[in-house]
Amino acid sequence: MKMREKTHELPFHVVKRDTMPFWKSMTIRIVAVVAALLLCSVLSVFMINANPFEFIETMIDGVLGSSRRLWKFAKDASILLCIALAVTPAFRMRFWNIGAEGQTLIGALASVGVAYYLGDHVPNGPLLILMFVASILAGAIWGCVPAIFKAKWNTNETLFTLMMNYVASGLVAYFLLLWTPSGSSVLGALSVGHLPVIGHEYLLLIVAVLVLTAIVYIYLHYTKQGYEISVVGESENTARYIGIGVGKVIIRTMIVSGAICGLAGFLIVGALDHSVTTTTVGGMGFTAIMVSWLAKFNPLVMIGTSAFITFMQQGSAQITTRFNIDSAFPDIVVGIVLFFIIGCEFFISYSLKFRESKKKGEKE
Amino acid sequence: MSKPVALELKNVSKYFGSLAANKNVDLTVYRGEILAILGENGCGKTTLMNMIAGIYYPDSGSISVDGQEVVIRSPKDAFRHGIGMIHQHFKLVDLFTAAENIVLGVKNGQRYNIKEVNRKVQELADKYGFNVDPKKKIYEMSVSEKQTVEILKVLYRGADILILDEPSAVLTPQETDKLFDVLRRMREDGKSILIITHKLHEVLSISDRVAVLRKGEHIATVDTATTTASALTEMMVGKKVELNIKRPEPKNTCDRLEVQGLNMVDAEGIKVLDNISFTARAGEILGIAGIAGSGQRELLESIAGLCHPVTGKIIYHNPKTGESEDLRDKDPVAIRELGVRLSFVPEDRLGMGLVGNMDIVDNMMLRSYRKGHSIFVDRKKPGDLAKKIVEELEVATPSTKTPVRRLSGGNVQKVLVGREIAASPTVLMAAYPVRGLDINSSYTIYDLLTEQKEKGVSVIFVGEDLDVLVELCDRILVVCAGRITGILDGRNTTKEEIGLLMTKTETSAETEKKEVTDNENA
Repeated sequence: MKMREKTHELPFHVVKRDTMPFWKSMTIRIVAVVAALLLCSVLSVFMINANPFEFIETMIDGVLGSSRRLWKFAKDASILLCIALAVTPAFRMRFWNIGAEGQTLIGALASVGVAYYLGDHVPNGPLLILMFVASILAGAIWGCVPAIFKAKWNTNETLFTLMMNYVASGLVAYFLLLWTPSGSSVLGALSVGHLPVIGHEYLLLIVAVLVLTAIVYIYLHYTKQGYEISVVGESENTARYIGIGVGKVIIRTMIVSGAICGLAGFLIVGALDHSVTTTTVGGMGFTAIMVSWLAKFNPLVMIGTSAFITFMQQGSAQITTRFNIDSAFPDIVVGIVLFFIIGCEFFISYSLKFRESKKKGEKE
Repeated sequence: MSKPVALELKNVSKYFGSLAANKNVDLTVYRGEILAILGENGCGKTTLMNMIAGIYYPDSGSISVDGQEVVIRSPKDAFRHGIGMIHQHFKLVDLFTAAENIVLGVKNGQRYNIKEVNRKVQELADKYGFNVDPKKKIYEMSVSEKQTVEILKVLYRGADILILDEPSAVLTPQETDKLFDVLRRMREDGKSILIITHKLHEVLSISDRVAVLRKGEHIATVDTATTTASALTEMMVGKKVELNIKRPEPKNTCDRLEVQGLNMVDAEGIKVLDNISFTARAGEILGIAGIAGSGQRELLESIAGLCHPVTGKIIYHNPKTGESEDLRDKDPVAIRELGVRLSFVPEDRLGMGLVGNMDIVDNMMLRSYRKGHSIFVDRKKPGDLAKKIVEELEVATPSTKTPVRRLSGGNVQKVLVGREIAASPTVLMAAYPVRGLDINSSYTIYDLLTEQKEKGVSVIFVGEDLDVLVELCDRILVVCAGRITGILDGRNTTKEEIGLLMTKTETSAETEKKEVTDNENA
């Protein structure tokens, strides 16, 4: 008999799971969030010398502590949700649009531009409509340029949309120079083009985004165009097989996607900032991608995920102020929580199978 | 059995989710024998072999080689124990020669010397009667030559237990016979050969013993000499099956689709369709035979309007209006708008015919969602259709809301064929509609095609199992490298005749002619 070299057994190996019932996968996700928060609390003990309960309490207090904080939370979550809604149609089509930042910014710029040039000549009502149209157009153009290149020459949409962000921010910088004679590049709040205030200053914005959520949900799930988006996303070959013009759908969907970004830009200008800077969107165009992914591209679930991410950001910002520590700490907290959430998806799809002990095997 | 045991599996199980791909399988392989692993698609043959070859790791159970328990964590481990697998899909570097591919990744401490390798490969080839040139590049090779290289690769590494996964699937009957001769020679040399197959006549002609698997379980291992095809089928399926295909005489045939002089080149400039002309008639099944990749897919996609040949005509005779239309440059939507009811069951079911992640209802909608002016989709009619198909074709599914990718291959195909037939087509094209299906589902599909033919539909059936083509089709069109090499009468042909035409390239046709003249001269 030949001598065989010995290979050692693995202690465990990875096996694919069956699809889990919804409650079970949700439990795993909740456990992951709790575990992440526990880890953050422990970290807080070592890094900022706070007791863990105080840590979590501060977070909650930062969001729910006063009605002002609550409104701010609702406002931030709404803007984030609005941009996340914008990227979702493209993502469902497997078109990796990471240019929401630029598409929103260019929408905001268009709004400010209209208000800047026409503010003195047009009454507020028509002016708002013009701003609205201009923002949507600008966003749509920003969205559809990469789509045209993708459809005609199969360029990489990720790089292209990313680059368009820099073009947008460059344009904003240029116009700011143009509009501020002193060269300070800081444009004061415009006195015109304000959205009307209903009830609370943020209420209109929040309601508008919630209505938009419902519209996007219906568009994606119940219309023919939404159906085409899903087919193209799942399989271009199937789309070809039933005669869907793949290029046409890509361009059309990116126009929709860009237009909603433009709308977000309009809302930021009309309801909140009344001005524009190169950092108006402040990275929300990228955070929105996470919101959309975490919700598995379902607009209704995105209400929850955008609220969750905003909660984490605002809560940890409160920790920074209260314990007077570096603002990098909130980033660490958000990072840890996201890592746990995304990591737990592995345990939802797979399980680890440990080896039974050798002795037991021999007994049989 | 007095032969020594080469490989022994005890209680081997492998689960994918809750699905048992293999459940407590025991298997013994002796030195110097050919063991056929027989079972329907999805019964766990390939999974079992993959565990022996180190691609999967068993969840429980043990594997012994030469009586010693071993742990196989990777194909490298498998090679160390002398186990080599020849997969269905070849893993070769196109730009390398046969010998370069064979030596790739072999570490034996010696300096790389291609001349020495060439010599050794040639030696191995001569020993077992392979026909191969070690210096030939892979891209110049036919499928059967590539397979030879794969086998030599495994032998070169010193494997004495060889696993072949459906080796005859890509071969013509003649090439299969040659391969089997080689395998017999290897057996004489004391090698153990495991051959996965679901073709009964192959099992009976080549193997010494047959291990039958059903739904992941090992049913029995029997001596080939003492068994019969029907006994094996019964073991495979679990009950008695009638294995004959109905073929009623065609009635009221008339020309439905006339293809004239189609030519097409692919992106690399290679001719994929070369002057294809034929007529498909209503009320008959036209079979298309050929080695995979001989232009079958391009031909069907051209007719369906998914790709467009450079020259030629695709004339459709509309039975309603009596008009004739050229479909060559039209896309699927334009074709439908002309009132042409063309149904197409493509080869790639979940990648083209259906959307795997969508449920049955949404998949029914693929064909019909455009109807009406509303911007909203109507899910009611597709929902009814889905229910009807699930009932009539006995699709095993928890509900019509189940994503189709979760269904088994047979049920996926029933959903697709059901949808295509529901459009009451006048032309029905089906590419490899029974690939990967179990025996019962296959016969359901054959019956459905025949039923359509009796309704006066012109059925075009691309098949790979020549036995089935000969039993099912009224006429058989044979293609080879994008050319039609013959159109045969299904009732008066043999699979050997088809096999010869499948490999009849232009050059071989010329040599044949030359040989004939040479003979005449002599």
